[in-house]
Amino acid sequence: MSKIASAFANGKAFIPFITCGDPDVETTLHAVVEAVQNGADLIELGIPFSDPTAEGPVIQGANIRALAGGITTDKVFDLVRKIRREVSIPLVFMTYANVVFSYGAERFIGTCKEIGIDGLIIPDIPYEEKDEFEPICEKYDVDLISMVAPTSEERVTMIAKEAKGFIYIVSSMGVTGMRSSIATGLSDVVSRIREVTDVPCAIGFGISTPEQAAEMAKAADGVIVGSAIVKILEEKGTQAPESIGSFVKSMKDAIR
Amino acid sequence: MEKVGRFGVHGGQYIPETLMHAIHELEQAYEHYKNDPEFQAELTELFNEYANRPSRLYFAKKMTEDLGGAKIYLKREDLNHTGAHKVNNVLGQALLAKKMGKTRLIAETGAGQHGVATATAAALFGMECVVFMGEEDTKRQALNVYRMKLLGASVVPVMTGTRTLKDAVSEAMREWTTRVDDTHYCLGSVMGPHPFPTIVRDFQAVISKETKQQMLEKEGRLPDVVMACVGGGSNAIGSFYHFIEDKSVQLIGCEAAGRGIDTFETAATVSTGKLGIFHGMKSYFCQDEFGQIAPVYSISAGLDYPGVGPEHAYLHDIGRASYVPVTDDEAVEAFEYLSRTEGIIPAIESSHAIAHAMKIAPKMDKDKIIVVTVSGRGDKDCAAIARYRGEDIHE
Repeated sequence: MSKIASAFANGKAFIPFITCGDPDVETTLHAVVEAVQNGADLIELGIPFSDPTAEGPVIQGANIRALAGGITTDKVFDLVRKIRREVSIPLVFMTYANVVFSYGAERFIGTCKEIGIDGLIIPDIPYEEKDEFEPICEKYDVDLISMVAPTSEERVTMIAKEAKGFIYIVSSMGVTGMRSSIATGLSDVVSRIREVTDVPCAIGFGISTPEQAAEMAKAADGVIVGSAIVKILEEKGTQAPESIGSFVKSMKDAIR
Repeated sequence: MEKVGRFGVHGGQYIPETLMHAIHELEQAYEHYKNDPEFQAELTELFNEYANRPSRLYFAKKMTEDLGGAKIYLKREDLNHTGAHKVNNVLGQALLAKKMGKTRLIAETGAGQHGVATATAAALFGMECVVFMGEEDTKRQALNVYRMKLLGASVVPVMTGTRTLKDAVSEAMREWTTRVDDTHYCLGSVMGPHPFPTIVRDFQAVISKETKQQMLEKEGRLPDVVMACVGGGSNAIGSFYHFIEDKSVQLIGCEAAGRGIDTFETAATVSTGKLGIFHGMKSYFCQDEFGQIAPVYSISAGLDYPGVGPEHAYLHDIGRASYVPVTDDEAVEAFEYLSRTEGIIPAIESSHAIAHAMKIAPKMDKDKIIVVTVSGRGDKDCAAIARYRGEDIHE
């Protein structure tokens, strides 16, 4: 049983995304601790990439700030070691294929295991390319998270059958970022998934308010929020963690 | 699982799930139309009647005599409609997109040549067109921005990253994920996820198909060397393709070394990059030790890209083609040399290949033959080169 399953054991899961090193690692550490104390069930930690092609302007900005602040893959690993002293909920990394590949997939994923990372989300590794990393992920017991999009259609079954940890359902087309409205039809996607697997489903992309979170939580087992949290970091910098805590509380309360 | 779209270890489909449906749709459409005689006949008609093909294979007599070595032929892609090889690919993709029922083309552009070609095809086919161009490049190539607008396209200056070609590609990919139903991403080089490297290569392969035939007519034999400049590598792969099986023909790609491959201000990917995964493909990329893509530099906006197409990476691996760095200084000298010697102003991109020909031709016997692809014309570069030489000229 994947450790990630425990994140879905306290009602609907709330999953915040935080870019490591934005604006510095101390702030990331505080933000993570605040989020966990206020009800986060799993944390998605972003490892910055110079050219994040699946991100909208808000998370692109976080990547730029973090890289300008001197963050590196090794520093992110050190940060996670510190986080793990204070936090026991599941943690996953979100990053791009080249960050893992250039570090050496075996070395990267082996380090994930060692420091207590439970899963990997790599948006530019679709089903067709997952054997780039999946055999190594299996070896080290780190879940390679699968994504499903509104256009996946007949691909949903194929992807869900082999999914590990949780399934990341992309709410609507486009890149990450806040949206005023989110596409419908997500419950159909979840039904398709349910036909072949019990792996939990979390919906992300575009969710920024408690109302949206509550709506999305009806259709799935959890919600993922990125840009709305990164926006708080963009506005408040090192002062952001406390506000992130109260934001997480409002979101978790909305989906309980 | 069977791996599609691979060139050795290179290539693949490293893209978000949101794009997989569109990519498969494109793959299926292309598989169908590439073998459709009607599609091919329409494309040939467009090539010949609209784009001014076949392009000339011109014997550069003065240059040959001046350099005193191998005979030099120039494959004149600069004489195509819109002034570069880019139109070959764009007409093919626009026709394909139209057959697929798409009504909108998006594209990235560096120097602006691919953007202009895409805007041209969109005008011809009555399609909407949006071109993404790094803000830095919109300044370097202001005239091409005007051209695209004149042709009815809208140009979006990209403000992220280094504000050059790689950022324009990223932004076009982001736009495509937002709107795949009516939109075709008309990728401008032999890069990105499968099937783009294959589609673009096939449309550009008309260059080597013609060269081979023209060379046999003129000289009764194959050339000894074929060379072209390489950014992503579309004119180069087009120039090489029909010679790959002819092992006697040496293939040389000329990369932009910028201020030199021992500096950080370079875009010579094969010389300075390492294996990576970016923009949908596995290939060689300029990057740091943690896989962050490097901010590359070249005087040429069209070669200013941190990666190289996967088929080039493969040809390099197996030793079938060699890739050489050419600096800004050498390219500018070649730009001036060809203008003065043959009355042909080559694009600064193409000047990288001319520069390498100038290096190797004198060392070769007079019975040897070199073909250099002049991928585009240099009118767009005149103001920038004048400034490089210290003149105060602006467009």
